[in-house]
Amino acid sequence: MREIVKRILLAAALVAMLAPSALAGGKLLLGVAGAHSGDLASYGLPTVNAAKLVADKINAAGGVNGMTVEVVAEDDQCKPELATNAATKLLSDGVKIVLGHICSGATKAALPIYLDGEMVVMSPSATNPPLTQSGEYPNFFRTISSDDAQASLDVAYAKTLGLKKLAVIHDKGDYGKGFATFAKQFLDADPSMDVVLFEGVTPGAVDYSAVVQKIKSAGADGVVFGGYHPEASKIVMAMRKKGLDIPFISDDGVKDDTFIKVAGQYAEGVYASGPKDFSKNPLFIEAVAAHKAKFGTDPGAFFPEAYSAALALLNAVKVAGGTDYAKVCEALRTSFVDTPVGKIKFDAKGDAEGVGFSIYQVKGGKYVQVQ
Amino acid sequence: MSNATNDTQEKSFLGLLLTAGCDSFPQALWRSLIAAVWFVFLTFPIMVIRVNTIEHTVVWHWQRMGYVAVGIFFGSFVWRWLLARKELKKDAASRESKAESLLTRIQNNPTSKYLLLALIALLAVAGPMKFSLFGSKLQLLNLYQTNIMISCLVYIVLGLGLNIVVGLAGLLDLGYVAFYGVGAYAYALCNMHWGVGFWAMLPVGAVLGALLGLLLGFPVLRLKGDYLAIVTLGFGEIIRLVLENWGDVTMGPSGISNIDRPALFGIKLGIIGSTHYMYYIMIGLLVLTIFCVNRLQNSRIGRAWLALREDEIACQAMGIDKVKTKLMAFALGATWAGMAGVVFAAKTTFINPASFTFWESAIILSIVVIGGMGSIRGVIAGAVILILVPEYLRDFAQFRMLLFGSIMVVVMVFRPQGLISAKRKLYTYQAKPAGAANE
Amino acid sequence: MEYFLELFFGGLTRGSIYALIALGYTMVYGIIELINFAHGEIYMIGAFTGLIVAGLLTMLGFPGISILAIALVCAVIWAAAYGYTVEKVAYKPLRGAPRLSPLISAIGMSIFLQNYVMLSQTSDFLPFPELVPKFGFMKHFGSMLSSSELVIVVATVLVCVGLTLFIKYTRLGKAMRATAQNRKMAMLVGINVDMVISATFIIGSSLAAVGGVLIASHIGQINYYIGFIAGIKAFTAAVLGGIGSLPGAMLGGLVLGLTEAYATGYVSSDYEDVFAFCLLVLILIFRPAGIMGKDKIQKV
Repeated sequence: MREIVKRILLAAALVAMLAPSALAGGKLLLGVAGAHSGDLASYGLPTVNAAKLVADKINAAGGVNGMTVEVVAEDDQCKPELATNAATKLLSDGVKIVLGHICSGATKAALPIYLDGEMVVMSPSATNPPLTQSGEYPNFFRTISSDDAQASLDVAYAKTLGLKKLAVIHDKGDYGKGFATFAKQFLDADPSMDVVLFEGVTPGAVDYSAVVQKIKSAGADGVVFGGYHPEASKIVMAMRKKGLDIPFISDDGVKDDTFIKVAGQYAEGVYASGPKDFSKNPLFIEAVAAHKAKFGTDPGAFFPEAYSAALALLNAVKVAGGTDYAKVCEALRTSFVDTPVGKIKFDAKGDAEGVGFSIYQVKGGKYVQVQ
Repeated sequence: MSNATNDTQEKSFLGLLLTAGCDSFPQALWRSLIAAVWFVFLTFPIMVIRVNTIEHTVVWHWQRMGYVAVGIFFGSFVWRWLLARKELKKDAASRESKAESLLTRIQNNPTSKYLLLALIALLAVAGPMKFSLFGSKLQLLNLYQTNIMISCLVYIVLGLGLNIVVGLAGLLDLGYVAFYGVGAYAYALCNMHWGVGFWAMLPVGAVLGALLGLLLGFPVLRLKGDYLAIVTLGFGEIIRLVLENWGDVTMGPSGISNIDRPALFGIKLGIIGSTHYMYYIMIGLLVLTIFCVNRLQNSRIGRAWLALREDEIACQAMGIDKVKTKLMAFALGATWAGMAGVVFAAKTTFINPASFTFWESAIILSIVVIGGMGSIRGVIAGAVILILVPEYLRDFAQFRMLLFGSIMVVVMVFRPQGLISAKRKLYTYQAKPAGAANE
Repeated sequence: MEYFLELFFGGLTRGSIYALIALGYTMVYGIIELINFAHGEIYMIGAFTGLIVAGLLTMLGFPGISILAIALVCAVIWAAAYGYTVEKVAYKPLRGAPRLSPLISAIGMSIFLQNYVMLSQTSDFLPFPELVPKFGFMKHFGSMLSSSELVIVVATVLVCVGLTLFIKYTRLGKAMRATAQNRKMAMLVGINVDMVISATFIIGSSLAAVGGVLIASHIGQINYYIGFIAGIKAFTAAVLGGIGSLPGAMLGGLVLGLTEAYATGYVSSDYEDVFAFCLLVLILIFRPAGIMGKDKIQKV
């Protein structure tokens, strides 16, 4: 029985190789779209590295059903209009599976094009809830949980810390403000906690001392911050230097080792929600080692999620026996795959099952999961 | 000076390349050496040393020093040669380049002019179509190329609009993107709340742009030159920040998605169909823009703009209403941005404030200046370079923007007047027969 | 009242940084009437050089205050070299070209330098060590003013006074003023205009580098993109004060910094930039040449 299956698969692979389709020349194109230049490049480039590493690994093991994986990287600078260009470029190039985009806004702009071209998209970092929850994009998957799940977890944790008056700060961005708005909703719903300040800071501003003074004068006993680590580290450092020693709770944009590196001693005690701890996962250790060997540096933001997404996509192609749209989607929803973020498959809406959030705290220069 | 010019002209191409800008070859060699050493010094800390302040480790990239030295040593020959060539052709350049004179000749002859126009029109219309020729399938533009052509056409329209303000009226506007954003948001919001269609919003976008242009124009009438530039920059930023922060109305930074693409007589098209449809709409809009701008340029108000650009006081002395003329320039320039914004929203189907930053204004301004201020053909050339080049540079991956920046510098250094400079209209009067002159 | 003072000191620090960068803008503009968009990038390169040098010295075990001094000197040297080279490559061949061409060249240069640093160093944020020592006497100020903030404010005041005296009394300063007034005439009286312009770029870039190192050490992080926003704000400050005027740049920076601080403190930081730009528009409507600028009399 197994022999027959093998033969069928082999025949299917041969047919796929001979067929003058997107798999021309026994190549499987893996599109990678995201910010590879501009101010948000530091969030996009790790994904490209992850895709390259996964492709190397799979190719070294004989490829996917005999096809060599080739990475096609397209830059969108996190701008919607460039994202549509990148998407049509990938569509024209005959790419069928795409890892990306990085920003939720760019993803939203590009998805209709992918949907029309029957391409499967998986983002390592687009956390905007409606992307999956609206059900408008059956071709969209992600290896990260959505913002509202995170916000409710953070607010619940703030309650266990016994905080009463919270200042909610965000970076005015799509991601940060979305998270902060959810956090505010959950806080407003809870009568025992008050939002004493809800404000946005300008990303990249020279300093944030005025906002910190405002948090102080509002009498907040805790800060919830939505946004990324550069702003978070600036605010935390300014708070601590001004002697404002209240809990700082943030999102997975801050749960990044760069945050600890940059904020140094001031990072101690900061809480951040992030994907469940996978630092002991052998695949994750292997991926980080491979990154160090090839690029000589530690991987950047969203690297494990991107690495997992690339593995999941390629595994789905393998299981589906080709890049047929319906089959790949089916494979993603039904078959489990081992990835650095754990053993995952995807639910009907496209969110990964087995990926969840937990709260971390910086202790001794490391993020430690809080029980 | 003329002697030296003759000398250099007599030298062979290679000889000129080796000694351009210097007295002798050894001197050129010396100068290249100095340049190489200087750049090695200059790039030393940033390119060679990579310090990790957390783990206290240093990585040295010595090989990069070699690349810089070799690159600059040979590059400096080319640089001096190009500079010398520019100097040599200075007189010629201020008149016309070869390509320009060819264009002028074609334009002066009605037959060749219409032939050329017909050819361009044919190519433009046939662009995205598939047809078979001698058995082989032929398609000038595939879907991706059609898509970036649409972007390019949008930027040509924006460039032509800004050209009215900057090129013709000489008012430096760094916040032009505000009008573009308002057009886009107007369509997105009306479409979301009331389902207003694309065709209804196109003229509304234009009117909104014009009104906003007037609104901006009033307070800045007294400002000149770079003061005007910074106020318009501030205006652009204010509009963007309001779009970003006024979440109840504009949906804030998360933007507006699912904007309708234009429907063809009520039929909704797929992605390929609507991209092609959009392409033809933009071709139509571009033809309309070129027609209007061309007519405006040669009209009474167009000549008033030119006069205003050259000298404000003399212009007023000639009886031109300064206030009216300036406001007209702002309003008419903004009109096209409003329309382009509506098209942009319909094309991407998703907008957020991130598309309307200061960089966008800077790129549109660069299109106008690199193309050649005040020249319609120039603006088209500028948009093609600045919008299509980064797309075709995608193969260079992370070096894309580095090359883009250097191309901007190089084009400006070697063609400061722009690629195709504007030509002032010449009126030639032929002497009439003696009898008429004596009357 | 304490809240008011706290905001005041915050705004003062921010304004001082704007002023330091704005001085470079204003000097270049005064002499060749060019908005040097690459100036913010020079500030960024100064900060990066400072980080690299400070990192090396820390590893070699130099004592605290000497690191600050050496890092500052190196940052100034390299930033000045970059400023000088940028002028020679991107602006000098454009003398006598249409007025907007150098502006576009400057925008291109700014894109180039940003990507150059991103590719050579990293796209990530890097931590910047605290180079300014904590002064004992600063305890009295509590949370209002930290030592690094004090250093920034004092350095700005010193630089501004020094520069004003330099422009007023030295030979080179006089040559600069002459060139700013009328370049042709300056040439006729024997001033080496090329040299004066180079000197302007060198001085302006050095000031930006000082600002870069001090502010990076104050906020503790840098990346390749920090020059852009700082540059735009400094440019706004320079125009607000009257572009071409040194005390104007100082005043403009302070007004801008304080406006932003109070807008954040008493209204909302969502709209701090809106307030800053509205103030700019208002001031320019009533004083079209900026606060300290002189109205040029236009001749026909």
